[in-house]
Amino acid sequence: MSLNSCYHCGADCGKKPIVFNEKNFCCNGCKTVYEILNVNELNCYYDLQATPGTIPTEIKGKYNYLENEDIIEKLLEFSDGETSVVEFYIPSIHCSSCIWVLENLNKLNGGIATSMVNFPKKTLRVTFKNNETNLKQLVELITSIGYEPYISLEDADTKKNKVDKKLIYQVSIAAFAFGNIMLLSFPEYFAVQEFWLNRYKPMFRWLMFVMSIPVVFYSAKDYFISAYKGIKHKILNIDVPIALGISVLFLRSSIEIILNIGSGFFDSLTGLIFFLLLGKLFQQKTYNFLSFERDYKSYFPIAVTIIIDGIEKNIPVKDIEKGNRLLIRNEELIPVDGILINGNAAIDYSFVTGESIPVIKKSGDKLFAGGKQTAGAIEMEVINTMSQSYLTQLWSNDVFNKKNEITIKNITDSISKYFTIAILTIAFFAGIFWYYYNPSMVFNVVTAVLIIACPCALALSAPFAIGNMLRIFGYKKFYLKNAETIENISKITTIIFDKTGTITSNDKTKINYEGDKLSLVEVSAIKSVLRASNHPLSRLLYKYIKEETLDKELTNFEEVLGSGINATINNINIKLGSANFVGEKSLKTNETAIYITINGKFKGCFTFKNSYRKGMKEVFETLSKTYKLIILSGDNEGEKRYLEKLLPKNTQFEFNQKPENKLEYIKSLQEKGEKVMMVGDGLNDAGALAQSNVGIAISEDVNVFSPACDAILDAKLFNKLPKFLILSVQTISVIKVSFVISFFYNIVGMYFALTGQLEPVVAAILMPLSSISIVVFVTIITNWISRKL
Amino acid sequence: MEVVYITIGVSVIVAILFFIAFIKSVKSGQYEDTYTPSVRMLFDDELVSEKKEKEQIK
Repeated sequence: MSLNSCYHCGADCGKKPIVFNEKNFCCNGCKTVYEILNVNELNCYYDLQATPGTIPTEIKGKYNYLENEDIIEKLLEFSDGETSVVEFYIPSIHCSSCIWVLENLNKLNGGIATSMVNFPKKTLRVTFKNNETNLKQLVELITSIGYEPYISLEDADTKKNKVDKKLIYQVSIAAFAFGNIMLLSFPEYFAVQEFWLNRYKPMFRWLMFVMSIPVVFYSAKDYFISAYKGIKHKILNIDVPIALGISVLFLRSSIEIILNIGSGFFDSLTGLIFFLLLGKLFQQKTYNFLSFERDYKSYFPIAVTIIIDGIEKNIPVKDIEKGNRLLIRNEELIPVDGILINGNAAIDYSFVTGESIPVIKKSGDKLFAGGKQTAGAIEMEVINTMSQSYLTQLWSNDVFNKKNEITIKNITDSISKYFTIAILTIAFFAGIFWYYYNPSMVFNVVTAVLIIACPCALALSAPFAIGNMLRIFGYKKFYLKNAETIENISKITTIIFDKTGTITSNDKTKINYEGDKLSLVEVSAIKSVLRASNHPLSRLLYKYIKEETLDKELTNFEEVLGSGINATINNINIKLGSANFVGEKSLKTNETAIYITINGKFKGCFTFKNSYRKGMKEVFETLSKTYKLIILSGDNEGEKRYLEKLLPKNTQFEFNQKPENKLEYIKSLQEKGEKVMMVGDGLNDAGALAQSNVGIAISEDVNVFSPACDAILDAKLFNKLPKFLILSVQTISVIKVSFVISFFYNIVGMYFALTGQLEPVVAAILMPLSSISIVVFVTIITNWISRKL
Repeated sequence: MEVVYITIGVSVIVAILFFIAFIKSVKSGQYEDTYTPSVRMLFDDELVSEKKEKEQIK
């Protein structure tokens, strides 16, 4: 650790560090945490990891709403009056010392009985005594030690649904039965003629029968349900031949042991169901710490402060009414549309539009929901309730209410239609042939055809190929919602990009100076003037100018809100601000710029541009070879010319698109038969992401927030997007190849079935062999094609 | 060879008991978080030793 970095959080302490216990701290927050930990003998926190803390945010008054009974009741998971249980989602949990500190909360506050971290889910479950502490104190405590919980409307509205463990039970029952039945069926395979075996044969057979019953009627029941639904909708999905195969296997095996004519196929039956369910389980990759379903509710605050007759009161956001007077503190979100009454409003709309430079508003201006106040407290008057606000209205659109329909066709289902018809035809003609040739064999042959044709290998190739790809993508920080997404990506014809925040990066802003050259003294003077201003642009420019400030006093400092600054330093009069303010004609339309006059003479202007993401040009060039590319932006056309120069010629541009326009635009493309992928980031893209065939959210920090989508891509990996798309297409090709292989197995099996030679032992060898070889094949190939990712 | 009835009967019963134990452990949530307990285990030791030291000082 270098001498000048904070002992707690590792940040640079600047010129005047706070020294405490011979240790440097960057801020009082870090010092306090150290003190708390020190007093409570939790010092080995620092032994575990150097500089473990994250910087605490200003929290005073922020959690007052946690005193509201309604809100408390909604957030608590359990409460019997004395003890309560609450679960928080804490995005900043990232290392082992986080677990340690959070699980020792009871040392910091005696009212806390236990606290338990779930690291993969990034959640903390706290049990506390109501008479010794309360929810507000609890949240303030964990926030003050740097673990701000993420409390949103969504948590309050919906109680979390329990994880569905049904599939695990189904697999384990199938595995149990498969293993035992295999052991019980071995004696008959290898030593049928032995005397003592013949005596106990009935017991073995009936045991197998009993064990297979729960497998068929519980483990495999979803296949029957799905097949029934498919037939009802006149779709021959893959579950139809599977369900047919399972029922024929079970019936024939049962008949064989009842009539005592054979040992049945119970091992193949349970093995088949076990492998199929295993494929289902493998495909089900979930990212516990991510959510693909978030809407504006999870982003908006849960409560807000209203002012009635000069008294502040906390109310839930949904109770806000027209005409209410709201108090929005620094770093708080504006939950509804309103009019600014007083205060300095610098609204950061980066979550809505991706634009990182805050917008300055004057009293009387309209404020839109979704922005974050960044310059002190403001008061505003509500003009729309939450559901009627400009941004949130988008969610009343139908796309957000559509349910997953059964008609979703995946690659396996599209092939199974022909497959099912083919095996039924083969079984039919084989039956006719054997009826004339040797009628006693008809039942045997027809059932054997249906058994051997049961498309186990076919049904396994897609789940394992896609499941493996999902894992590889997830490992590389491209998180897909489900298996269908890969198939949908492979069908894409058009890709639409949002501009701000998607192809431009959020944090870095490029500043350029245009005009007469400034002398060193003048630059320093400008920096000194900027230091006195709190305007977001001033702060950006202040950071950008590398020269030292002048060691002179500012005189006649005057800041006109929303316009500019006028000040004198070292006898240099500096006027900087908007074109109007300095009395010049604006040189740049539609661009953010600060104009400068020195001693009454116009010098030039600093322009602020978003910097484009690394590798954007290459990404567009690669993609333009295969896809139609469109940029769909809510911004003005300011950067159109620049983008046209930078990007491939066939890229289309659409500017000034409102959130609903984006949605409609995609709809109209889809009506023309295009398969659209939307790449966006902000809440204003939410409609477009939901409407598109594949919606990808670009996120600077995947833990924080992203609108509902099909996939989340870490912003740093934007340049790998083409590679991900190519891999998705290749995965589908791998599946097609493995289909061919599984057909080959079916043909081999069909030979045994049609000639009436299908013994249980043949099925018992062929079935696992085909399944396992397919699984191995797709796993190796998918790993191989993605090795260079 | 009647012992076959007993041996197979016992083995099936034992297998079923283990199966029930497995289902119960899944139900109780043992497999939901497989990472945190591995870290927590290490911390517990540390706290105990710390308490001991404190008592000795007193």
